[in-house]
Amino acid sequence: MKVLFRCLAALMFLATTGAYADTPTLNSGDTAWMLTATALVLFMTIPGLALFYGGLVRSKNVLSVLMQCFAITALVTVLWTLYGYSMSFSTTGMAAGVTNLNSFVGAFDKAMFAGMARDALVLGVPESVFATFQLTFAIITVALIVGSIAERMRFGALLLFAGLWVTVVYFPMAHMVWSGAGGFMFDMGVLDFAGGTVVHINAGVAALVACLVLGKRKGYPTTAMPPHNLTYTVIGAAMLWVGWFGFNAGSAVAANGSAGMAMLVTQIATAAAALSWMAAEWILHRKPSVLGVVSGAVAGLVAITPASGTCGPGGALVIGLIAGAACFLAASKLKRALGYDDSLDVFGVHAVGGIVGAILTGVFAASSMGGAGLAEGVSIGSQVWIQTKSVLITIVYSGVLTFVLLKLVGIVVPLRANADDETEGLDLVLHNERGYNF
Amino acid sequence: MKMVVAIIKPFKLDDVRDALQEVGVTGITVSEVKGFGRQKGHTELYRGAEYVVDFLPKVKIEVAVTDDRVDAVVEAITKGANTGRIGDGKIFVLGLEQVVRIRTGEVDSDAL
Repeated sequence: MKVLFRCLAALMFLATTGAYADTPTLNSGDTAWMLTATALVLFMTIPGLALFYGGLVRSKNVLSVLMQCFAITALVTVLWTLYGYSMSFSTTGMAAGVTNLNSFVGAFDKAMFAGMARDALVLGVPESVFATFQLTFAIITVALIVGSIAERMRFGALLLFAGLWVTVVYFPMAHMVWSGAGGFMFDMGVLDFAGGTVVHINAGVAALVACLVLGKRKGYPTTAMPPHNLTYTVIGAAMLWVGWFGFNAGSAVAANGSAGMAMLVTQIATAAAALSWMAAEWILHRKPSVLGVVSGAVAGLVAITPASGTCGPGGALVIGLIAGAACFLAASKLKRALGYDDSLDVFGVHAVGGIVGAILTGVFAASSMGGAGLAEGVSIGSQVWIQTKSVLITIVYSGVLTFVLLKLVGIVVPLRANADDETEGLDLVLHNERGYNF
Repeated sequence: MKMVVAIIKPFKLDDVRDALQEVGVTGITVSEVKGFGRQKGHTELYRGAEYVVDFLPKVKIEVAVTDDRVDAVVEAITKGANTGRIGDGKIFVLGLEQVVRIRTGEVDSDAL
């Protein structure tokens, strides 16, 4: 069992702080894969997510969405350089089992990558590669949120919010789960291989709060607001699928069996969820839609994310099937019933898919369920409880802070475009451009 | 002189054009339009959000002709645009007071 536990620890993302020190030699195979994976994850946001979202809005707002994704990519990169990497991954002051301030947020000793030599290594790969890889996760998490406030938020307010949110919500969240022993949620024994809590539930809950604070788009839900270009959306979703191999298999931070299994289960869960959403829609809405099948694929990618380091192929199949149907119901029925205007279903896909995945991770990590095995003395029930606690902490942490930050930003600058500007379209009003000049 | 205005199904435009050429029509104007008639619209469904599309895309063609050719033109459009199904469109015949060819200044039947 000790061996099993050690395997599990290795599977968990950034296993221990000890790993920082214990990998004196560079592994060129791992490094080559991590360079590739980093590029793949950036590719998920630009152009993947940008196109996925861009196609779903009306033609008068397409540029505003592409702009938001692009500008967030740039902004988060600069903040990551200034202090984000340090806040997320500094291990100063941390010790296994000790809960202190550094269990929640990293110190600032690595600000501006201070002390990071060219040859510095983390887990056998250059720290520069590790830091860039982690940066791409921060970027996509913030970019995911823009889907819920699309077509109505002012650009300046969005940038201010994005900068504050990544600082106050994302960096500490990444630190709590991924910085290793001494991290608040790491010490709880949470299994979150590639970011079910840190990325997807975090962004999905923030998105729900943001759309509630901003209010509905003018005319919602009586005015028709159909997607202006579903071909973009299909292209974007396909890019997300491909890029996600970097996200999940890259989270092994090695080119090894764990990465290989992460790739396989990612593919399986995504396919299962695409079929599951399609089937649910076919039964309940009479026709299978293209938007449905690609949304299902994204739901599957989200749900398998936390489980991708610990579940087996069978578990991936089940996770995908459940996530596809659950996210379909959330995006099409729950949203209607509750009446909030989460424009592009960030909550319905990322929060709901993330929650389904995070909790089922606890089930399918067990070796009896075909997984990599739970830590010694941990039953499925107790792991599921740990997973549930991590979900609840994320919901409360992200939800409360997102609300506070938006209210603060709202004091400084108006959050919303006014009604006339919204009718005119954000592209022209906020950016002096049009997406299409035919 | 008459102005013949026809609203037809977009995919029948080529058939109508051919039929009009056969009866010697030398020029028409075509526009893409939207509208509704007896043909029902359709619904579109995006993640559970249902939109009823009432206005369907149609093509409007306009043909200016001398009085003696009106019947032939109307017949040609009818033949070209007919599918036998609801939504084939309508033909309107309007009086035409004056025609001027801009390049030469010719008027009325000389200008047609």
